[in-house]
Amino acid sequence: MSVTHDARIQVRSPASSAQRRVARGWPDLNNPAAWIVAVILLIMPLIANGFFLIEIFATTLMLGTIALSLMFLAGYGGMVSLMQLTIAGFCAYMVAVFGVSGNANISLGWPWWLAVPMALTLATIFGTLGGALAVRTEGIYTIMITLAIGAAFYYFTNQNWAIFNGHTGINNVATPHFWGVDWRSDIPFYYVVLAVAALCYFAVDYISCAPFGLALQGVRDNPRRMAALGFNVNAHRVAAYAVASFIAGLAGVLQVWNYRQISPGSVSVGACIDILIIAIVGGITRPIGPYIGALVFVLLRTFALDFLVKIGLDGNRFRLLIGLGFLAIVFWSSDGVIGLWQRWRQSHRPQSDRPGGGRGHG
Amino acid sequence: MTRFIERHPAWALIIIIAVAVSLWLIFAVWPPGLEDAIGRKRVFLNALFNGITLGGLYFLVASGFTLIFGLMRNVNLAHGSLYLFGGYVGYAISASTGSWILAFIVAFILTALVGVLLQVLVFRRMEGQDLRQTMVTIGLSIVFADLMLWACGGDFYQIQTPNWLIGPIELPLITAVKSSGEPVYLRYPLVRLVIFLASVIIGIAMWLALNRTRIGMIIRAGVDDRDILAATGVRIQIVFVLVFALGAGLAGIAGVVGGTFQSLSPGEDIRFLLASLVVVIVGGMGSIPGAALGALIIGLAEQLGSVYIPTYAIVVTFLIMVLVLALRPQGLLARR
Repeated sequence: MSVTHDARIQVRSPASSAQRRVARGWPDLNNPAAWIVAVILLIMPLIANGFFLIEIFATTLMLGTIALSLMFLAGYGGMVSLMQLTIAGFCAYMVAVFGVSGNANISLGWPWWLAVPMALTLATIFGTLGGALAVRTEGIYTIMITLAIGAAFYYFTNQNWAIFNGHTGINNVATPHFWGVDWRSDIPFYYVVLAVAALCYFAVDYISCAPFGLALQGVRDNPRRMAALGFNVNAHRVAAYAVASFIAGLAGVLQVWNYRQISPGSVSVGACIDILIIAIVGGITRPIGPYIGALVFVLLRTFALDFLVKIGLDGNRFRLLIGLGFLAIVFWSSDGVIGLWQRWRQSHRPQSDRPGGGRGHG
Repeated sequence: MTRFIERHPAWALIIIIAVAVSLWLIFAVWPPGLEDAIGRKRVFLNALFNGITLGGLYFLVASGFTLIFGLMRNVNLAHGSLYLFGGYVGYAISASTGSWILAFIVAFILTALVGVLLQVLVFRRMEGQDLRQTMVTIGLSIVFADLMLWACGGDFYQIQTPNWLIGPIELPLITAVKSSGEPVYLRYPLVRLVIFLASVIIGIAMWLALNRTRIGMIIRAGVDDRDILAATGVRIQIVFVLVFALGAGLAGIAGVVGGTFQSLSPGEDIRFLLASLVVVIVGGMGSIPGAALGALIIGLAEQLGSVYIPTYAIVVTFLIMVLVLALRPQGLLARR
């Protein structure tokens, strides 16, 4: 009995995965909705003002990318890792430490094109080591170990002044300027974020159909059989952690450029759990889920206060709303918002394989 | 014991040497060279005692966590919230009635009730789905944290220590020798010692209850194979409710203890959740003696670390976890 089995229950959706696999050779190309979304995202700077562009859409794409790395691990690998935000935060810290920032005694002052690859490399190593630790045990323990790693990193950044500058964090992180463009000004930054998010999205989509991704899904569904077939189960899992760490690291770089600072508050345990919430609310069966979840989360976070005050409640109860919404999703739809939508779309079909059934031998 | 020495002679030797060195450090009068190297003995002994008593507190939190996990495979990530809830209840009771003992009783009963409600209303509906249960506990911990923030605000609370426990007592441990040749004895807060003794008694009582009584036998059988136990006609749902109530109640007691030792504020729930996670990972999931050993190790590492290597204290704790996972992934005292 292991969590991998439960993850399989979780990822089972009304359209059986085999059907889905056939339906999308190279995905989304002949799906008009995907084209419309892509066009809207591309011309977004024409419709939205600076606030919406950065605070809503760019933030959504960044959080969505971190959640995408969790979705990749959880959906395809059956490993629910709570340390994806920690990896992103680590990468952000590394950008601040190696690059240029207001804390001259800490930052090494490397140019961004040197600091970013360095940070990404270190973040990938960090995440891979954490993953190697997490795959030492199976299933549900992964959550505990990755949560412990995330919490330890948070307390460490709070305590350590030599590298992480304690609870004040590192401020005034420099952002790249080249080709005469300030890449942190709203519109260029939006396109950078969009490009990175699209890259990660298609990379995950591609990997899910590539031999590695298929083997990973095999490992998720039945590690013992895959081992018998000659696949190195743990190596696949650790490699999945490496891929996910790189994706999370990319999002971390964008985050530190966006806020121009990084502090322990951004890697707190609550924030780690927010990423899990985003991924679960969006749905962890396919790469678009985390982005939908992130949009819902960011919209709630931004407008819940006004909304709650308007209907006569205390505006500070935003986290209560998030928590209750998350509970509702976990209770009624194991596949997040996507699952709800899909169930609604296919409601004329008989629902024979609703999740939450009995348990087999895993 | 002898079997352990026969099977792992090297480990046995290391353990014996470590025990001998620590006994010498505790009882001997330190030579001046040592005091120059690592500081005064009083600081060391205080850190040691703080570590052991903190270990007692961690044991109270983690034993409930590990008990629930062992029987129901439910990683209850809302355990920290139960701890904080117990603490707030204890504070309210002790502030209004002035009775410290009553605070423990009421906190135990109320958190146990919350645990029963959780088990009956939530976890029973999704039995056998570990991951989903864990997700639910994450959601619950968010909701609880916000509700408690709403009700109690962001202030720090400290539960009043009762009069008969206030003040230090002198322990028969020499910290230094004055120039006149007169020994100086260690003075240590009585309340921490009493609480540590209480947690030892609770631990022994739990061990006895698990190993010497009929209900304990049922629980141990449930840990080993839940399905077969249910098939033999034991009404396992009642056992589940009972264990969940006990585990939650222990978290509530720990909350009162923590509120007396330290303070209560939002964020403590996460701290103690992390502590119980690390303790059960180190000690072995689902094992009560493992929780005791893990709690002792983590408590000592945290306190000694924060005295001798202040900025890296959390790393020591974490390294211990890494080391255990690398050498013995199932935890120090778990059977597998």
